[in-house]
Amino acid sequence: MLTDTLLFYTFAVMVLSGGILTITRRNAVHSAISLIVSLLGVAGLYLLQRAEFLFVVQIILYVGGIMLLFLFVIMLVNLDEAARERQFHGQWALALACVAGVALQIGYVVWRGAGSFQIAAATPAAPDPAAATGNTERLADVLFSEYLLPFELASVLLLVAVVGSVVMAKRRL
Amino acid sequence: MHPITPLHYLLLSAALLLIGTLGVLIRRNIVVVLMSIELILNAVNINLIAFSNSLGNINGQVFAIFVIAVAVAEAAVGLGILLALFRNRATVLADEIDLLKW
Repeated sequence: MLTDTLLFYTFAVMVLSGGILTITRRNAVHSAISLIVSLLGVAGLYLLQRAEFLFVVQIILYVGGIMLLFLFVIMLVNLDEAARERQFHGQWALALACVAGVALQIGYVVWRGAGSFQIAAATPAAPDPAAATGNTERLADVLFSEYLLPFELASVLLLVAVVGSVVMAKRRL
Repeated sequence: MHPITPLHYLLLSAALLLIGTLGVLIRRNIVVVLMSIELILNAVNINLIAFSNSLGNINGQVFAIFVIAVAVAEAAVGLGILLALFRNRATVLADEIDLLKW
């Protein structure tokens, strides 16, 4: 239990510090590397909660796929002159005030409704069938039976995204 | 030390969501704005996995997979748009793209 707590705080620090560095770094490559740290922290949180398949997906797909895409684009668009300019636009104070307002709302809801989360915490965290079959197996069972149609629709969405990004990124068709 | 409850995960996810929102709102660089959107989607995933684990229900993880699929599509299309934009306007700063502004 103590190990769980320590690991949670380690990953939480990784996630939050990576996120803050992502939105404050001047150089976009540094932002991307901070985002990788943050995404690895999120992957660790998945592992802490026994979502092993998503842990692997997060590392292979996010860190290996999406971040690679980001780094390629950063090198293609040559952000050197953008890094020398002002990083935050004129309405940053207003944006900060809006986000602080939302933070207050979330804090209020958590403060008033903290009791209702105890129900979720009180239930046994891991049902025994989870130990009998692996996480990936159970996930596949649900994904390919109950969520088969959304799964197929997701493949159509990815196909459209691939075709769309090729069409937009290509110089002349 | 206290054991970790779902509430901890919810607070962490809320904090990450706010960081991502702030990044979308204040940064001028579109690449960083797209990265902030990835942060927001990850905050949602943390929530889904936390509830999936505490309620012992696998459906939350399925939804997280769909969120990841949509995030991939969003990143691919967003970066494609960014490349097209950079070719036409030679800028990646969000407030210099004001063709529709009168």
